[in-house]
Amino acid sequence: MLRDITLGQYYPVDSVLHRMDPRTKLFGTLVYIVTLFIADSVWAYGLAALFLAAAIRLSRVPVKFMVRGLKSIVILLLISVSFNLFLTPGTPIFKIGFLQMTWEGLEFAAFMAVRLIFLVLGSTILTLTTTPNQLTDGLEKSLGFMGKIGVPVHEVSMMMSIALRFIPILIEETDKIMKAQMARGADFESGNLIQRAKAMVPLLVPLFISAFRRATDLAMAMEARCYRGGEGRTKMKPLRYEKRDRITYLVYAGYFLLFLAAKAAA
Amino acid sequence: MGIIRAVNLIFDYIRHDEETDKDEVSHALRGVNLDIEEGSFVAILGHNGSGKSTFAKLMNGILLPSDGTVYISDMKTSDEEHLWDVRKTAGMVFQNPDNQIIGNVVEEDVGFGPENMGVPTDEIWKRVDRSLEAVGMTAYRLQSPNKLSGGQKQRVAIAGVMAMKPQCIVLDEPTAMLDPNGRKEVIKTVHELNKQEGITVLLITHYMEEVIDADRVVVMDAGHVVMDGTPREVFSRVKELKRYSLDVPQVTELADELKAAGMEIPCGILTIDELVAALEPLLKRKEA
Repeated sequence: MLRDITLGQYYPVDSVLHRMDPRTKLFGTLVYIVTLFIADSVWAYGLAALFLAAAIRLSRVPVKFMVRGLKSIVILLLISVSFNLFLTPGTPIFKIGFLQMTWEGLEFAAFMAVRLIFLVLGSTILTLTTTPNQLTDGLEKSLGFMGKIGVPVHEVSMMMSIALRFIPILIEETDKIMKAQMARGADFESGNLIQRAKAMVPLLVPLFISAFRRATDLAMAMEARCYRGGEGRTKMKPLRYEKRDRITYLVYAGYFLLFLAAKAAA
Repeated sequence: MGIIRAVNLIFDYIRHDEETDKDEVSHALRGVNLDIEEGSFVAILGHNGSGKSTFAKLMNGILLPSDGTVYISDMKTSDEEHLWDVRKTAGMVFQNPDNQIIGNVVEEDVGFGPENMGVPTDEIWKRVDRSLEAVGMTAYRLQSPNKLSGGQKQRVAIAGVMAMKPQCIVLDEPTAMLDPNGRKEVIKTVHELNKQEGITVLLITHYMEEVIDADRVVVMDAGHVVMDGTPREVFSRVKELKRYSLDVPQVTELADELKAAGMEIPCGILTIDELVAALEPLLKRKEA
């Protein structure tokens, strides 16, 4: 059923990571990504791997789900690995025609692959343990300072959460319109790409019109319930740092220092 | 003086025609006077285009009158400074259940109004708990609104308004998009709120069955108030109602036909039980 679709890839189990404040998780992901980009030795990568493994363990999400996220980057991975393998100058291992594989290339490609995989896994943990709503809340709160320089942080996050609410409704509506058009002889399945794209027009026009109508209705309903932007608004579920969040920040600091030490030692 | 007062209320929709550069004016309300008492349950009936929905939107400042005034507990809706107080006092429930739910979780949606009003967090939770209980949706508080039926969504919408602690609720055809069960569910909830919480209800509808239990029925046609009275008074004028393209409940019509055929039946029968009670002595007399 279309009604049951879950957005994002939230995996609902109860774990320390799930209960953590979204801001803590966002910051952790950021720290992790930064360390991945400045990592340049086996030690540094080892430390990153350890950190990642600990996070996966704590999230209690099956590893199967983590790996699923990697599927989407297989092609990207192959391309970048082969480019690095064959196009890095250095001591050759073997040569086929003008292609030459080098020891330096091998090392570089391996690091590259590990970096990409870690990057995807790291950010997957964030989306697997945080609902889209918590994520928007966390972003709104941690980017709040940007409101002072005129960035409409509250409005953008409100838009995001409304979009999340209406995606299933609009999908259902698309389905309904599609069936109605098919009943009157519309053909969405055959023909080449251009013909198919053209066939989408009678689908998109009514969909857009109805989306605009919904938007007007919703705006009216929001105003009737006293909505007037982020000013003077209180929160039903305000974000609060707890003990575990403070400890986690200490863990981040420890990880970062260790990482710098590993980098200096190499 | 009532909680809602409309004085000489006029509202025109103005549509600008680009080609001829002329404004096309359609009169939705042409001088409506209405005084609604606090704590009462008032139903507004009318055919499509009678101006009843426009009237509803004027009640909490979504539309502002072209002429005349609306007072909500003695505040003018057209005063900018009172706009938010007016909206706090008169909550509004709309027709389409999907297009008025903002939250991704039922309880978050109910909390949306109080959040906007700047109510402190603890108090928001109390209000959400109470409102969900009042509409009987506590069991669904953690669900996504997309998984609810139409009637349930409308009850959530009503809870969302309740959480703002309004003195009156205006419902603009809240049952038009629901199935018969959902309709009953919603109307029952509204009646309970009116009786138990003492909230003034202004129900706008075109279903006759929904207005039978109201304290007062106002019939609108072409921007005017044409009939005003208790359900019994209004429904005893079957012919007049038909002239405004409104149907009467089937029982009422049947009773009216029987009366026209010469039977001794009182005016304005509203329920099947009443008709049975009226017919029984007649039948017994025949048998005897």
